[in-house]
Amino acid sequence: MTIHLSILLWLPAAAGLLGMLAPRALGRWIAVAGAALTFAYTVVLIADFDTGARGLQYVTDETWIAELGIHYKLGVDGLNLMLVGLTGLLFLASFVWLALTDWERPGQMVFFFGLAESSVLGALLAQDLALFVLFFDLMLVPFFFLTGIWGPPATRIAAITKLFIYTLVGSLLMLTAAIALGVLSAQQGGGDLTFVLSDLARVRLSEGTQQWIFLCFAAAFLVKMPAFPLHGWMPDGYRNMPLPVLAVFSGVLSKVAAYGFLRVVTPLLPDASVHFQELMMLLALASILYGSAMAFTTTDVRLVLGYSSVAQLGFIVLGIFSLQGDGAQGAIFQAVNHGLVVAPAFVVVAALALRAGGSEDVRDMGGLAFRAPVLAAMFLIVTLATLAMPGSANFVGEFLILFGAFNSKIAIAIVAFTGVALASVYALRLFIRSMHNRVGADAVSRELTLREGVVLVPLVAVVLFFAVYPQLALDRSERAATQSVRVAGALAHPEETRIAQEQPTP
Amino acid sequence: MKHEAPNIDWAGLSPVIALLGGAIVVLLAGLLRSRLVRERAVPFLAIVAFGASLGLGIWQWGEDAQVFIAKGSQATLAFDELTLMVTFIVAVAGIATVLLSWRALAPREAAHGEFYALLLTSAAGMVAMAGAQNLVTLFLGLELLSVPLYVLCATEMRRERSLESGLKYLIIGSTGSAVFLYGLALIYGATGGTDLREIATGAAGEAGGDVLLLTGIGLTIVGLGFKASVAPFHQWTPDGYEGAPTPVTAFMAVATKAAAFGAMLRLLDVGLIDAQPDWAPLLAILATITIVVGNVGALGQSSLKRLLAWSSVAQAGYLLAGVVVASSLGVSATVFYLAVYTMMNLAAFAVIVARERETPWGDDIASVAGIGVSRPALAWPLTISMLSLAGLPATAGFIGKFYLIDAAVDGGYTWLGIVIVIGSMISLAYYLRVVAAMWMRAEVAAVSATAQPRLAGADPEAERPQWELYLVAIAAGAATIFFGVIPSPLFDLATAAGRSLGLL
Repeated sequence: MTIHLSILLWLPAAAGLLGMLAPRALGRWIAVAGAALTFAYTVVLIADFDTGARGLQYVTDETWIAELGIHYKLGVDGLNLMLVGLTGLLFLASFVWLALTDWERPGQMVFFFGLAESSVLGALLAQDLALFVLFFDLMLVPFFFLTGIWGPPATRIAAITKLFIYTLVGSLLMLTAAIALGVLSAQQGGGDLTFVLSDLARVRLSEGTQQWIFLCFAAAFLVKMPAFPLHGWMPDGYRNMPLPVLAVFSGVLSKVAAYGFLRVVTPLLPDASVHFQELMMLLALASILYGSAMAFTTTDVRLVLGYSSVAQLGFIVLGIFSLQGDGAQGAIFQAVNHGLVVAPAFVVVAALALRAGGSEDVRDMGGLAFRAPVLAAMFLIVTLATLAMPGSANFVGEFLILFGAFNSKIAIAIVAFTGVALASVYALRLFIRSMHNRVGADAVSRELTLREGVVLVPLVAVVLFFAVYPQLALDRSERAATQSVRVAGALAHPEETRIAQEQPTP
Repeated sequence: MKHEAPNIDWAGLSPVIALLGGAIVVLLAGLLRSRLVRERAVPFLAIVAFGASLGLGIWQWGEDAQVFIAKGSQATLAFDELTLMVTFIVAVAGIATVLLSWRALAPREAAHGEFYALLLTSAAGMVAMAGAQNLVTLFLGLELLSVPLYVLCATEMRRERSLESGLKYLIIGSTGSAVFLYGLALIYGATGGTDLREIATGAAGEAGGDVLLLTGIGLTIVGLGFKASVAPFHQWTPDGYEGAPTPVTAFMAVATKAAAFGAMLRLLDVGLIDAQPDWAPLLAILATITIVVGNVGALGQSSLKRLLAWSSVAQAGYLLAGVVVASSLGVSATVFYLAVYTMMNLAAFAVIVARERETPWGDDIASVAGIGVSRPALAWPLTISMLSLAGLPATAGFIGKFYLIDAAVDGGYTWLGIVIVIGSMISLAYYLRVVAAMWMRAEVAAVSATAQPRLAGADPEAERPQWELYLVAIAAGAATIFFGVIPSPLFDLATAAGRSLGLL
């Protein structure tokens, strides 16, 4: 029982609140300091993590609402450890970015941004289903304000309202499903009402019940990602968010949804996970193909990244619903990788737009590399990581995902392979059309400024670090990822499990 | 036969005595000519009366007082935890209403003493209605609640809308009362008793086939549905809310609903508990209709009071889910949500009153545009209120909705839980519009000072928001956040209220 995770969780919101109340000049730096401290906390957490231990570490467990069996339970294991680190890093980068840019009402901005970081961390750390749902829904509220107040005035309110309602439709269904999961488990298991995940995992609901609960959860997570048929909010939302906000929205929030599958769905609803395995893998496949195709036809730079996220999240879902240890581990790793490359990519987008006369259209760019070798080099690293070049961490992630998919559904895996090739098409197209080719009409090639570099270079350095040393993440996530899909995997592939049991352990 | 006076437990009755005694004192004090007394002392005395009722209610907590026990029959009024919770809600709403109307137009036009006396009388009726264990007492409470409210709605006598509101409420409210009374008569005819426990004994085992009883139950539900704004008996709500003076609207929205649901819980869960399989599906369908009608109706509204009126219809639908399941969990959830509903609505109405005095836009949504920049102390409470009404996390509204869905699922009405969240999804569209107006739109500049003619007799001092409006808005907003993060104290009260009806 430690208090560390509570400090980690509430630090950003507290710093944001202080930042709002503090004098104008000082406020944003208080918030940055809070985010830096939070990130430092996550680094220590990752370094100090005991790879060999089973189960949760740094657990905080208090009864929050006794009548409803809701606990304030936080914990870290291999599933969320690296995502917590990712959250700390990306929010720190965006906080610095915000602080270096001039905004109206900066105090309110850092408050909402700090609240956003706390709620994302809460969703990742929560080990109680009700608490998870609470934070998952809360995540959206600060983004409503961040987009609605600081987005482009003409379209922002309509866009964010659409995004908000669209994503909450899934989340609210999940609320009912979560309550039903708790209540029905208590009725079946005969115990008191509880929403603690480890207690819920002890009861296995009937298959029919699992199935409708599964569908509600899947709706919430697939909308949030977004996955192929449920991505309607994405283009408007992406076009209207301020870029520093979009960097974390795209980098972190979608990952919480993927994480939700591994944390809640596969362990608690194993029968339904097997029942819907093919449906989910086909949706993942559709997301990969659709996202890739859209990414190399659209000309809005933000949307290229948006649709590439749809494709990448498709890979992550594919890994999860291979229901194999490798696939799940690859999914977690790929979630971290994608966050790490998409955030610097948005910094680059901001830099490109600045040099292309404010336009975010790829047709107005071109030739930006001539006098900006450092910027071009940074962008190239990000591009190569996005297309999962062998040697990058993304390659490792995609490899593990496809390995898992091959072992469970070979036909789907073969089609999914084309997604790897498609990724190189859209990633290289974006790089070539902005950096090379003929110089755009209003485009001016200028080198990376200090302000941009402060945000961009550290992020790229982390991408390089993971390319060299992916074991940092892989070692820590292996046990938890395998555990998360163990029951469902055994149901999906009974013969393998039997063989594994028959082999004498050395 | 010698007539014996009923045995009265004066201590148990004290919360009502405080209200009625306060009404008399306020009425008499209002007769004095001094402006100081009428404009300062009278509202203050009204607050004292509500405060005394609240304090005496706290003193009586856990006593389970049964008052008015005539010889050979049962108590007609119970001051158990359910009644006391309704008393708390009514008293808090009453204090807030007095603060909101202190410098408003309505009490000045209606002569101060009368206005506050009517308010206190209505509050006494609400408490009596929630505690009634006898059909006759129940009807007395209902009328005591309604008649002063009809008058209060029309207190801004020089405004047509206010008179229209009062008249509409009077006609439709009387129809509701008549239907209710007819239902009570049929229940009496079917079971042979006016006491709820006698009715329970009389109704045991014969509910399914007894047309008389079933018709009676149906009519009483309809009658209470009028008061609680349950669709399709809600038509008076938007006009009534819009036309009434805003402080009165706040009181109507919050306190009437608490009283009506208190009475509904007691009548259905004590008197007619054995007929639950008959009325529960009917009520569940009513809840669904109410949720859909209320939320869809609110979508296109540009008047904040009309918007809150439709939203109150929708919220009544959510509350019905707790009644349908007829379990102590359901009662607790309903009571919890009523308390939460009080906080979030008071915050919203306080902000509306403040902006009505400050801008020429009345209660139109334009009146709150841009206040995120110019008046953050008003924007935050209204934002919290809207987010809480929509059921977003970290507010009490989320916990309340969680509790109601929990009760619904536990009672085998999972589909009703899904209806509740679908209603919440629709509701986001209009609640977010208000939030967006506050934070994301520019303030609407007044076209000219003569855009709307000032009402004759308006006090220029009353045209900017005063401290008491900020106090109500901020206190209610803060409470909404507080009970969203630390709900346990409220849970303890609600659970006690849930147990008081003796259900499983």
